[in-house]
Amino acid sequence: MSFELLATLAKTGLWMALLLQVTPIMVWVERRGSAMIQDRLGPNRVGPLGLFQALADAVKFMCKEDITPAEADKFLHRLAPLLALVPALTTFVVIPFGPDVTAFGRQVPLVVAGAETGVLLLLALASLGVYSLVMAGYSSNNKYSLLGAIRASAQMISYELALTLAVVAVLLPVGSFELSEVVRYQQGQFLGWIPKWNALPQFVGFLVFVVAAFAETNRLPFDLPEAESELVAGYHTEYSSMKFALFFMGEYMGMATLSCLAATLYLGGWHLPFLSYSGPWWWVAAQGMGVLVGKATLFLLFFVWVRWTFPRFRFDQLMRLGWKVLLPLAVLNLIAVAALTVGGVL
Amino acid sequence: MPLLEKYPPDSVVPVAGLDQPTWIVHRDSLKELAAELQADSASGFDLLLDLCGADFPGRPDRFEAIYHLYSVERKERLRLKVPVPEDDPVLPSLAGIWKAANWFEREAFDMFGLRFEGHKNLRRILTHEAFEGHPLRKDYDAARRWILTEDKVYRPQPRPDDGESDDDMFEQMTINIGPSHPAMHGTFRVVAHLDGEVITASEVEIGYLHRCFEKMAETHTWQQVIPYTDRLNYCSSFINNVGYCRAVESLLGVEAPPKAVWARTILSEFSRIMDHCVCNGSTLVDAGALTNFWYFFQPREEIYGLLEACSGARLTVSYCRIGGLAEDLPPDFEAHCRRLLEMIPGFMDDIERLVNKNRIWLDRSVGVAAISGEEAVNWGWTGPCLRASGVANDVRRDHPYDLYDTVDWNVPVLPGGDVYDRYRVRMLEIRESLKIIRQLLDRGMPEGPHIIDDPHIALPPKEDAYNQMEAMIYHFKLIMDGIQVPAGEVYSMVEGANGELGFYAISDGSGKPYRLKVRPPCFPIMSTFSDLIRGGTVSDAVVSLGGLNVIAGELER
Repeated sequence: MSFELLATLAKTGLWMALLLQVTPIMVWVERRGSAMIQDRLGPNRVGPLGLFQALADAVKFMCKEDITPAEADKFLHRLAPLLALVPALTTFVVIPFGPDVTAFGRQVPLVVAGAETGVLLLLALASLGVYSLVMAGYSSNNKYSLLGAIRASAQMISYELALTLAVVAVLLPVGSFELSEVVRYQQGQFLGWIPKWNALPQFVGFLVFVVAAFAETNRLPFDLPEAESELVAGYHTEYSSMKFALFFMGEYMGMATLSCLAATLYLGGWHLPFLSYSGPWWWVAAQGMGVLVGKATLFLLFFVWVRWTFPRFRFDQLMRLGWKVLLPLAVLNLIAVAALTVGGVL
Repeated sequence: MPLLEKYPPDSVVPVAGLDQPTWIVHRDSLKELAAELQADSASGFDLLLDLCGADFPGRPDRFEAIYHLYSVERKERLRLKVPVPEDDPVLPSLAGIWKAANWFEREAFDMFGLRFEGHKNLRRILTHEAFEGHPLRKDYDAARRWILTEDKVYRPQPRPDDGESDDDMFEQMTINIGPSHPAMHGTFRVVAHLDGEVITASEVEIGYLHRCFEKMAETHTWQQVIPYTDRLNYCSSFINNVGYCRAVESLLGVEAPPKAVWARTILSEFSRIMDHCVCNGSTLVDAGALTNFWYFFQPREEIYGLLEACSGARLTVSYCRIGGLAEDLPPDFEAHCRRLLEMIPGFMDDIERLVNKNRIWLDRSVGVAAISGEEAVNWGWTGPCLRASGVANDVRRDHPYDLYDTVDWNVPVLPGGDVYDRYRVRMLEIRESLKIIRQLLDRGMPEGPHIIDDPHIALPPKEDAYNQMEAMIYHFKLIMDGIQVPAGEVYSMVEGANGELGFYAISDGSGKPYRLKVRPPCFPIMSTFSDLIRGGTVSDAVVSLGGLNVIAGELER
């Protein structure tokens, strides 16, 4: 086996190990966080601080009866939750988590797939997510599920445009699709102490990206595809047991990868001012991953905070925001960034 | 009365009522008279409060339809009684004059078999389609049971009135919202016809929680009805207790002692706060703002603590008795109330800061399910929902009872008539209720007994009943025969958390009510729902239902 293949496998393993922890940890954070916000205790019985609650949940999910509605399209009904995990478990490959290191005498980039089309690949994979929701809603043979699926597809398509345009604006001054280049571009400081992160010069794009990210992950205030009080549970109304849990995991992992992407595009990725990344390769990798995860965690906490603060949009208002506010804003931002790039400011 | 002169003699006969003017009207003149009463600007009885039947098997005209009218402008009440013979129980429908009559007439049909000519949809409303007979007739055995099968169920098929929206291009969908749906607070069912997500037509089905409270009341003594009243609007059960006990007290011609009246006013206001908390909390939850729900429920829990300290129960308190209260107030009652007064405003401030100016909440609620004041009155609305449509109508202010005329408070009125103003009115009312409670606490607890000192009404203390002959006899008589309420009829009302809560009681002089009709504030409000949500989306329907504060226990009784 070649050294490259081994290295890639090791990096994939590291990512997978981290990502699969996201769901249980985030469920705990979400429940305890919401309890803190809502002036109550939250789950605190299973293990210290209720930390093993997620474990109990997992056992519960596995023991629940797995029901497939009689009139459902069996194949699609089964396929949909699996598909929900595809974008969640693939998009991380292009996200760099450290500078190139020298391990065992060879140059190793700290990214699983340093593809030149990095961002394009990521966006393509991420947009697969909507198929899972549409399939779930369509195959369940339930009117509420169908409504949820219709909402999901319309919402994802509308917000993906704004999201992509915001990302394009980030790539313009960098001149590359590679996320490692984007991180490299953000190194250094303005005035010697303000980190040269994209969030500052491209702050409109950052705003558009964050809002669109909420919509992409179907989180409140954009959780219309599930909209508990309106559509019962939307596209996953007819799902139970582990199939439901897969949607759940997909949602949280999707949040995690989008948070990593946001950190990479706008907050300098693995780069932290005054952190020089020296030492053995494993220490550099750990530091890089630590910084990236730390930044992504901020986003995740922000996701939780927003969820428990805002009411939900109505569908037409969501569409209006997407097409009439975010998209024009993203286009203007793109034009401005393009002009500044051509003018040599950025 | 010049109005009456043009009717044939004996067709409209004013009689002396115990509580309000009463006219006995012949059914042939009813429609004309009603139209005139409603339209005439001088009299202007614009609100049909209640319509109910009554059954008197001994009389030549066995049934009676009883209308309670109200003039919002002049704050006057009028009762119309229309005798109806058994062999031809038909009378004209007034649904064209007061829209509120629509559901009330269906109820009277359901319960008594009165048929209203000209009613477009005279179906059973509270009982099941497979039900036979009319439960509130005196010859209907209360113990009778039916096997209700699904094949006899009425299947609503709402269709939009205008043919043009039946576009072949797009498939339309009929969707069942409820009876078990997360947004249905209680068990209603709305069958909606959807064009995309827009509701083009809908039908509301109720009755899933019907237990025929009124029939139960007729088979129990006057005191035994009190726990059943808890289960009407179970979010503010104490107000129901007060309403019912006041009705019986006015039939008896007695008044509760000052201490009981004082406590009733305070606890009613706390119950109102609780009810508004539940209503606004669930409205916001339906809009996706879950956190506010917990902020609302914290004060509610604490108020339950107070009620528990008084009565031993939290939800269904049954704390009132005819002539006073069940138990004396706990020793730390005042301190407990003051603690609540201090903690509640903080939560309300938090909530108002979170949502009052929140763009998303404003977008979701302003202009949604709006209704004008005039329309709302015609539909029979009362209470906070009506006040949110710009009509200052509050029983506490217009027909003061208990201590409401001795304290300084305002009736909040907002003009919008939409979900947002209904939410805001409730928030303002919570503050007003706190104001009332604070003033009463500052005045101090009146000395004296908690229940009237009349052995024919109030049970003697336990130790007396065990040790004194006389007290034991009174105790026995009260338990076995009930309070002997003199014959008569009364319509007594309090301001419930959701509007005018009326109890219309007829006594034949025995220990049990002859007829007891509740005027549930949310019944006419819910009858409007189908009209309110037409043209809105499913999300609008869900949010507006929360804001109407429809409580199944009271709606379906």
